Amino acid sequence: MAKTLPKTDVVIVGVGWAGGIIASELTKSGLNVVGLERGKERKTEDYYMVHDELRYSMRYEMMQDLSKETITFRSNENIRALPMRQYGSFLLGDGLGGSGVHWNGQTYRFLPYDFQMRSMTTERYGKNKIPEGMTIRDWGITYDELEPYYDKFEKMAGISGEENPLGGKRSNPYPTPPMKKTPSMQMFAEATKKLNLNPYMMPAANLSENYTNPDGVARAACQYCGYCERYGCEYGAKADPVVTVIPVANKTGKFQIRTHSNVRRILHKGGKATGVMYIDVTTGEEIIQPADIVVVTSYVFNNVRLLLMSELGKPYDPASGQGVIGANYAYQVIKGSAVGFFEEKQFNNFAGAGSLGISIDDYNGDNFDHSNLNFLHGGVIALSQTGARPIQNNPVPSGTAAWGAEFKKKSLHYANRTLSIGAQGSSMAFKHHFLDLDPTYKDAFGDPLMRITFDFEDQDRELAKFLAERCSEIMKEMGASHVDYLKELGPYEIMTYQSTHNTGGVIMGAEPGTSAINNFSQMWDADNVFVVGASSFPQNAGYNPTGTVGALAYRAAEGILKYREKGGLLV
Amino acid sequence: MERNSSRDTTALEEPKDQASLEDSSSGPDSGQVHDSSRRKFLVNSGYVLGTLAVGGVISSLFGCAKDGEDNADSSAPADDNKEAAAPNYNRALMYFTQAQFRIVEAATERIFPEDESGPGAKKLGVAFFIDHQLAGDWGFNGRDYMNPPFFAGEKEQGYQGRLKRRELFDIGLRELDNYSQTTHGKGFAELEPDQQDAALKAFETEEVKLTTISAGSFFKMLRSATLEGVYSDPLYGGNLNMEGWRMRNYPGSQMSYLNIIEKDFTKIEPSSLQAHLASH
Repeated sequence: MAKTLPKTDVVIVGVGWAGGIIASELTKSGLNVVGLERGKERKTEDYYMVHDELRYSMRYEMMQDLSKETITFRSNENIRALPMRQYGSFLLGDGLGGSGVHWNGQTYRFLPYDFQMRSMTTERYGKNKIPEGMTIRDWGITYDELEPYYDKFEKMAGISGEENPLGGKRSNPYPTPPMKKTPSMQMFAEATKKLNLNPYMMPAANLSENYTNPDGVARAACQYCGYCERYGCEYGAKADPVVTVIPVANKTGKFQIRTHSNVRRILHKGGKATGVMYIDVTTGEEIIQPADIVVVTSYVFNNVRLLLMSELGKPYDPASGQGVIGANYAYQVIKGSAVGFFEEKQFNNFAGAGSLGISIDDYNGDNFDHSNLNFLHGGVIALSQTGARPIQNNPVPSGTAAWGAEFKKKSLHYANRTLSIGAQGSSMAFKHHFLDLDPTYKDAFGDPLMRITFDFEDQDRELAKFLAERCSEIMKEMGASHVDYLKELGPYEIMTYQSTHNTGGVIMGAEPGTSAINNFSQMWDADNVFVVGASSFPQNAGYNPTGTVGALAYRAAEGILKYREKGGLLV
Repeated sequence: MERNSSRDTTALEEPKDQASLEDSSSGPDSGQVHDSSRRKFLVNSGYVLGTLAVGGVISSLFGCAKDGEDNADSSAPADDNKEAAAPNYNRALMYFTQAQFRIVEAATERIFPEDESGPGAKKLGVAFFIDHQLAGDWGFNGRDYMNPPFFAGEKEQGYQGRLKRRELFDIGLRELDNYSQTTHGKGFAELEPDQQDAALKAFETEEVKLTTISAGSFFKMLRSATLEGVYSDPLYGGNLNMEGWRMRNYPGSQMSYLNIIEKDFTKIEPSSLQAHLASH
């Protein structure tokens, strides 16, 4: 028999970036908020021994324990989905701060085109440009409408950067100046300018200088130690929820975080949520937390899974294309990159920061003419210097033996003589790419795992090839003695790390029927439920998602306060 | 932050010979670059003012502990306070049999052999590293999803076997030895280096067909475990005396690169987590 606790104003499921931002905004306005976090508590002092590649990168210290819960995957509906038994393609976060702790901090804003992709594509190229089965949509919000929330997120996190010459209009400059420019970044800047492209410093959550944010939170500058992605920051220099928004919420005295609390169901009646049911994983006890408003802010997969398990919203049916929960799952095309080997020059590849880099958007969005191309969209191209840690970074020119004397010689030789230019290819939604509940495999509580049905399409193959060629041109211009780049994108596979930028499943839109939530992240089918995160992206952009997730979270917080006053659907 | 300057210069300037490799000399993090960057960082951020005082206390505590292997430094010049070098207690087996250990030592040495640039897997302690890893979580697939049912999947779906890594090693090593016996009438560890290479190649390319496991996957796991043993922090038993890092000019764990980040390639003497713990 579940224990029922006293009712609270708002209950938040998952305390990462989205949950932390919303908790901070709502508690500042006087609401009582309970944050349920399935993982453990975290603090900066945890990272005293963080420069440990084996523990954090290879053994996934910060990540979800897959023995308790994973996802299943199949390339298409004719194949039996099987569990992702070990980590590979993407890394699922866990614990206070969620994936917001082990990120690199690359904090782009999406392009205006991203938000109106369907209408702008049709307008410029005609509706036949969008191939059969591709279900890209407008977001029901424009870049200009979201701009103030981007600004808010950037000020809170102290994003370091300079204006993107090809980006949307900004109301304010970045709160801190760009990060330092390394010799390889300088070379990229010169090469791209020579090619008539428009380089700009990568927007970074690593902090180029000491910074105090509007909430009064002071943080120290980045030391370029080279341990960001998959690691927590021992300086608190990298913005994460634990060092920014969560302390602000805590200070109000109105935020109660319960760690080790795994939410299994949203409880609802007559189109309204009444609270959530969760397990205290330390005791196994079932607990009901009643609330006026339920905010779902876990990672993409658990946002979708929780709604499906709770039978909230209409599940997506790929046969008919009807229903929304689980629809428009998208990913990213990350393999279209180039590696350059320099015989004459060595670099400090071991040093760096997660978002130390320089980017161009000339081949992103619709910033270039697609009339004669067999794909839509593109991706940001960047040279970044994140710290080439030695277990995972052993680049050798193609044709080199993978082990033995030759491999040793070449991998030592090129360790500091290699640069790479990467592209974050966007990922379009398709009718047959979706998320649903696996019929066979279960988590530690006996609940079904999330099932992913996804593969790369012609769109992705063309895009990857195109972006790899552009990366290779820049690398050649930079003077590499030898350049290797992707010639052909194979099928999607779950074993190789690509990107933790999974999106969709609870998408945002202008009207119910084709979307699950409105542009305040409020569910059309249950007006006191808000589902916030990259799960709301109708398709994925050619950038890291966190800046946009942060902006959507600030907007959702505003929506929740509005809803608290007036009730009803906000759009 | 107070540091023993004689130890600093030793670590910086002493060329590492064979003896120091075997005896795992201490490596307090050191070097001009490192020192000044840390000082600069303190000034820059004001972050560690509290920690500074605490750091002094902690570092003197650790300075007193003389039984850790990394405090024993037989290759360093005589030091007034020097005690007898302790043996490296990490050099014993937690999982492998002696026979298995010899095969792993021989095989990893072929994957990452000693050459003019420095030691190979054997001297770096990679076989000890793998042994220790198999004895823990990783060997038991403790954080992997190992629930049934098990089905042979598509290649794109990744590992779908029911065997744990320690079982895969048991089988893979036995098969490697069987293959060597069949082709040369000797165990793998007794083969000539080029014969060992050929056997490993036969596994890598799946020319060898095994019934229970994939020879290619086993080789892949052995190769990646070898690189982990070469390049992980010495605290795990491999990368002896940070020689793996030193060979490729990887500085290990450094607190800050603020003062070199804009500069051309700078060689920095590596530092380990042990030194980080001891210095704060």
